[in-house]
Amino acid sequence: MPTTSIKEAIVTFGILVMQLFNGLSLFTILLLMALGLAIVFGLMGVINMAHGEIMAMGAYTTYLTASFFERHLPGLMDVYLFVAILLAFCVTFAFGYLLERGFIRWFYHRPLDTLLATWGLSLILQQTYRSVFGAQEVSVPLTAWLSGAWEPTESIQLPLNRIFIVALTILVTLGVWYILHKTRWGLRARAVTQNRAMSSAVGIDTNRVDALIFALGSGLAGIAGSVFTMVGSTNPGTGQLYIVDSFIVVVFGGVASLLGTAASSFLIAQMQTTLEYLMSGSMAKVAILLLVITVLYFRPNGLFASKVRT
Amino acid sequence: MSKISRRRFMQISGSLVAAGAIPGAGLLTKSSFAAEPIKLGLLHSLTGTIAIAEAALVEAEKMAIDEINAAGGVLGRMIDPVVADGASDWPTFAEKTKQLLQRDKVAAIVGCYTSASRKAVLPVLKQSKGLLYYPTYYEGQEEDKQVIYTSQEATQSVISAIEWMAKQQGKTFFLVGSDYIYPRTCNKIAKPTVARLGGKVVGEEYAPLGHTEFSSIINKIKAAKPDWIYSTVVGGSNVAFYKQLKAAGLDGGKQKLLSTVVSENEIDGIGKENAVGYYACMGYFQSIKSPENEKFVKAIKAKYGQDRVVGDPMECAYNSVYLWKMAVEKAKSFDVDKVVAASSGIQFNAPEGKVAIHKTNHHVSKKIRIGRARTDGQFDIVFESGVIEPNPFPKL
Repeated sequence: MPTTSIKEAIVTFGILVMQLFNGLSLFTILLLMALGLAIVFGLMGVINMAHGEIMAMGAYTTYLTASFFERHLPGLMDVYLFVAILLAFCVTFAFGYLLERGFIRWFYHRPLDTLLATWGLSLILQQTYRSVFGAQEVSVPLTAWLSGAWEPTESIQLPLNRIFIVALTILVTLGVWYILHKTRWGLRARAVTQNRAMSSAVGIDTNRVDALIFALGSGLAGIAGSVFTMVGSTNPGTGQLYIVDSFIVVVFGGVASLLGTAASSFLIAQMQTTLEYLMSGSMAKVAILLLVITVLYFRPNGLFASKVRT
Repeated sequence: MSKISRRRFMQISGSLVAAGAIPGAGLLTKSSFAAEPIKLGLLHSLTGTIAIAEAALVEAEKMAIDEINAAGGVLGRMIDPVVADGASDWPTFAEKTKQLLQRDKVAAIVGCYTSASRKAVLPVLKQSKGLLYYPTYYEGQEEDKQVIYTSQEATQSVISAIEWMAKQQGKTFFLVGSDYIYPRTCNKIAKPTVARLGGKVVGEEYAPLGHTEFSSIINKIKAAKPDWIYSTVVGGSNVAFYKQLKAAGLDGGKQKLLSTVVSENEIDGIGKENAVGYYACMGYFQSIKSPENEKFVKAIKAKYGQDRVVGDPMECAYNSVYLWKMAVEKAKSFDVDKVVAASSGIQFNAPEGKVAIHKTNHHVSKKIRIGRARTDGQFDIVFESGVIEPNPFPKL
């Protein structure tokens, strides 16, 4: 019957659109996840294994904010998320700053030690969350206006929370680009990355720059953790789920390149959603890792290697 | 004389310090001068990823021990819990089992949650002649001489669940699970059952453990339009799965979904509003109305806080301690072989109703229930089976 085949075609078209949107959504999620890591790893060369736990810190900050609003300001539940994102950024920014000053800076030029030390830190943080919030997951309520889906046609539903994440990621990425490329501070940060000794000689306080870069990277992780409460789970081990994907994105894209991070998130996201639709989730993961390995074999510095002397 | 008394003093104070160092061993200090207490090992992950699910089981087990001790102990001896942390790491489970059996000389162990941890422990149990009570629903396909399985194995829950679902309207099924042995075995049982009942499986998907992106799977579900989703997604993934289902418009009001994994404990993390209307198939629900259960829930809340919820694995963990106690009393001995022999046919009036250890296969016969999640995170029980005999090796 022609009517049913048209109906089927509409459904198929709807699925296709939703699938493309899923790719876009995953792209922004990966980008948001990896942005902070890309900055810290790219500009400072610090491999921060505790990056995921800093994201979890953002998630728990969101949880606490939500509980506070539920109890004391139930009328303002609709806007709690904005407060939570801001708070998550502030808390993780401050934590990152203190962490760099009190911990990370003693490990510069000792990459393997940094790796172990930050991994140890991640274990400490996980266990701290477990002691404070319990081993069980905590549930972060979703703001009413973000639950549900936007339905442009009958067969297409685009989840509102994902649209929100897409918008926020674009905003944050532009913000980071602006800070790094259009401000004095960004100029100093890039100068330090390119030539630390020379930057120091012309009067840039490289220690301060380091601390702020690390704090910014942590703050971005906090924002990511905060918004991921809308799609994922919040438990003491949450960070572990994100860290591997973040590293893959950063390494695949090429260190010290925002464009590379964006391009690699896009590639991985589209590939993952498409392959997941065509085969099983586990096989999609395998295929992506194979791709990453192959690319890194031919381009050891990632897709977009920056031409920087280190 | 003075020398001896000084030595005695050192011995006693030493043992007191040691007792203090073991978490949860406070009882020992109180009663170490009376009859020697008997040690019971509690082996679960208190740290690491699986702590999400396992930490609460220790609390339920400790409560059972406290109750038994308050009522005079086992064979006149107090139970002294020795808590060990498996740390979500399978070799650690094996190592801790060895420690519990050889160093602490525990009479039995209640523990493990994942099948991987249980498998890691089996060789040690065999070698050191230990006894394990395993309190978690699992996929079956095992019957070890040193293990008593106190929760439902897969045929008990999966077959009842599918049969019940097929009786409701609609007979197309979409199977979703995490990618490891439990979901794959459950679906292996589910598929022929669906076929036998004249239904059709329209999709089968597995997501890697810990996966948080379900958008593609949800799209496949939308394309297949099943009457039922049968879910064996486990752990933190469930939170993502349920949230994303709801965001995609497939909430509990529009799409029927049944899980054999999501209990009240999981709903706590998923968020009540995300789970409303979905079904779960369990042996136990907190909302069961019986004097035994009301007493049990009240005791848990009194001990661990009013907002605590109780899920199926917690209740099975609680039952395990009692089943061990009853077997010991029947055997009049703590000897592992005698306790195992005495276990056959033992019945316990659990909060979920009567559970009985099978004559030969070390599993329990019990009732299975299906509940529908309410807005308060509890379940309305919509179906209760008769007593189902365990069958860990089903013919498919």
